[in-house]
Amino acid sequence: MMEIWYTFVDHFLPFAWAQHTFMKNALLAVILVSPVFAAMGTMVVNNKMAFFSDTIGHSALTGIAIGVLLGFQDPLLIMVMFSVLLAIAISVLKALASTSTDTIIGAVSATMVALGIVILTRGGGFNKFSRFLIGDLLSITPKEVLLLAFTLVGVVLLWVGVFNKFLLVSVNPSLALSRGIPVRFVDTLFCITVAVIVTVSIQWVGILIINSLLILPAAAARNISRNMRQYHVITLLITLTSGTAGLLMSYYWSTATGATIVLFAALFYLGALIAKPRFA
Amino acid sequence: MFYTGIIQKLHRESCGLCCTELKNFGVTINNTEILYDINLHIHCGELTALVGPNGAGKTTLLRAMLGEIGHTGELSFLDAEGCRRNPVVGYVPQRLDFDPGLPVSVLDLFSVCLSSWPVFLGHSRRIRERALASLACVQAEHLLNRRLGDLSGGELQRVLLAVALEPNPDLLLLDEPLSGIDVQGKELFYELVSNLRKQYDLSIILVSHDWSLVSFYADRIVLLDRTVRCCGTPQEVFSNESIIKAYGPAISKEMGHGPWKPQIIHSGGVRA
Repeated sequence: MMEIWYTFVDHFLPFAWAQHTFMKNALLAVILVSPVFAAMGTMVVNNKMAFFSDTIGHSALTGIAIGVLLGFQDPLLIMVMFSVLLAIAISVLKALASTSTDTIIGAVSATMVALGIVILTRGGGFNKFSRFLIGDLLSITPKEVLLLAFTLVGVVLLWVGVFNKFLLVSVNPSLALSRGIPVRFVDTLFCITVAVIVTVSIQWVGILIINSLLILPAAAARNISRNMRQYHVITLLITLTSGTAGLLMSYYWSTATGATIVLFAALFYLGALIAKPRFA
Repeated sequence: MFYTGIIQKLHRESCGLCCTELKNFGVTINNTEILYDINLHIHCGELTALVGPNGAGKTTLLRAMLGEIGHTGELSFLDAEGCRRNPVVGYVPQRLDFDPGLPVSVLDLFSVCLSSWPVFLGHSRRIRERALASLACVQAEHLLNRRLGDLSGGELQRVLLAVALEPNPDLLLLDEPLSGIDVQGKELFYELVSNLRKQYDLSIILVSHDWSLVSFYADRIVLLDRTVRCCGTPQEVFSNESIIKAYGPAISKEMGHGPWKPQIIHSGGVRA
């Protein structure tokens, strides 16, 4: 599978940067992950769940810590399980509590980060985990690219199946309920999806900035789109463009890829904000 | 407490002789009894107005009927043969709480409600035509491609009504659909709703604070204050001295003016 991609890149992108295998892998990863992030991002912004996804990202630290405690070499599985549990917990708390969900999520976020740091710094060996903070897209292996491909397929299937329900719930839960949509279930399903996607991508993007990557393109597109179709197309374009541009520039500047991508997305956001009055 | 998942979207024609029945219906949230002992029979083709003071539990009643909050007692929908089934419920909320920046057009909203084909992949022509037809019923065809956030309050309420009417509901729940809408807008809306009842033969429950318009358009008025205080035709309710005294002092002045005409009473004295 990867050979086809390598030949494709060699054939169509005869540039110096495209000679390296790690760049080819990373480019494919960006192309695979962009639609996933675009789809999730638009819905996260619709649901005003930016803070929620941020918390999931930060809590990955605790997931890693638990994985380390249990002696796992690759903590991904534990991280995903932990974040799914956390997502369910938050969505149950949201349904039960009458106070602002902001406060609940804030409390959970702080607690989880603290817990993660406490466990990971035990014995003073935190440095080896700093790759999770910043992320390293260039280290992605073909096997991991395959994982991303599966994630993409999963999200596409989910989106074709239940996108409309997600959207109606995000417009207004009561209205959704009157149309026979099981609001609480849909809400929890979405929380779990966000948790899985964020956690799976965290080692390549980094805990510190993963949320920006999710939110920025959608937030930018929102300023200049009038309907759902435009919103999604523009978000996808922004994610793809800033992903590719960030990857290239990080190669030339030798900077962290995730952060460079986010900076490009931020540029788009700024541009959209300035252009907004024309589209209002 | 039961959690009712009774409401399901079904595509069918409106029936002829159905009714919605509430028996010993009550709602208790966090040990606070909000509604108790409600017995109501709502018939098809009737506009039932739900009036009552603030905090009387009007919105709670609608939300419980939607299944959004749990309730005690029985809620049953009976059709002509008398067997229970799942009705199609249309709902127009008091105020649609949504993010005004949301890039959802009116057509998107229809599409989301009517089909499961993901909206971002575009709209089928069938949905577009259905949306247009439905919007035409509320005189809002021109709003099809506008963003929800760009609509005025009255326009939004009309669009929501159009959405609620598609597919034809058996029961239409309108929760103060007119708060903050001007007089002309209100009369247009009431006229519309009133016609719907005749055209589609559906039962409508309307929560309102507007006694004068309600008395003109409603077939039945239910005065709710944690339970049903009074229930009957507008004439019956307004001729009940003690009710008028307790809940609607301003309306009594209007009573002498004869036939039920919509009038705007500028009075802060109406408790409802």
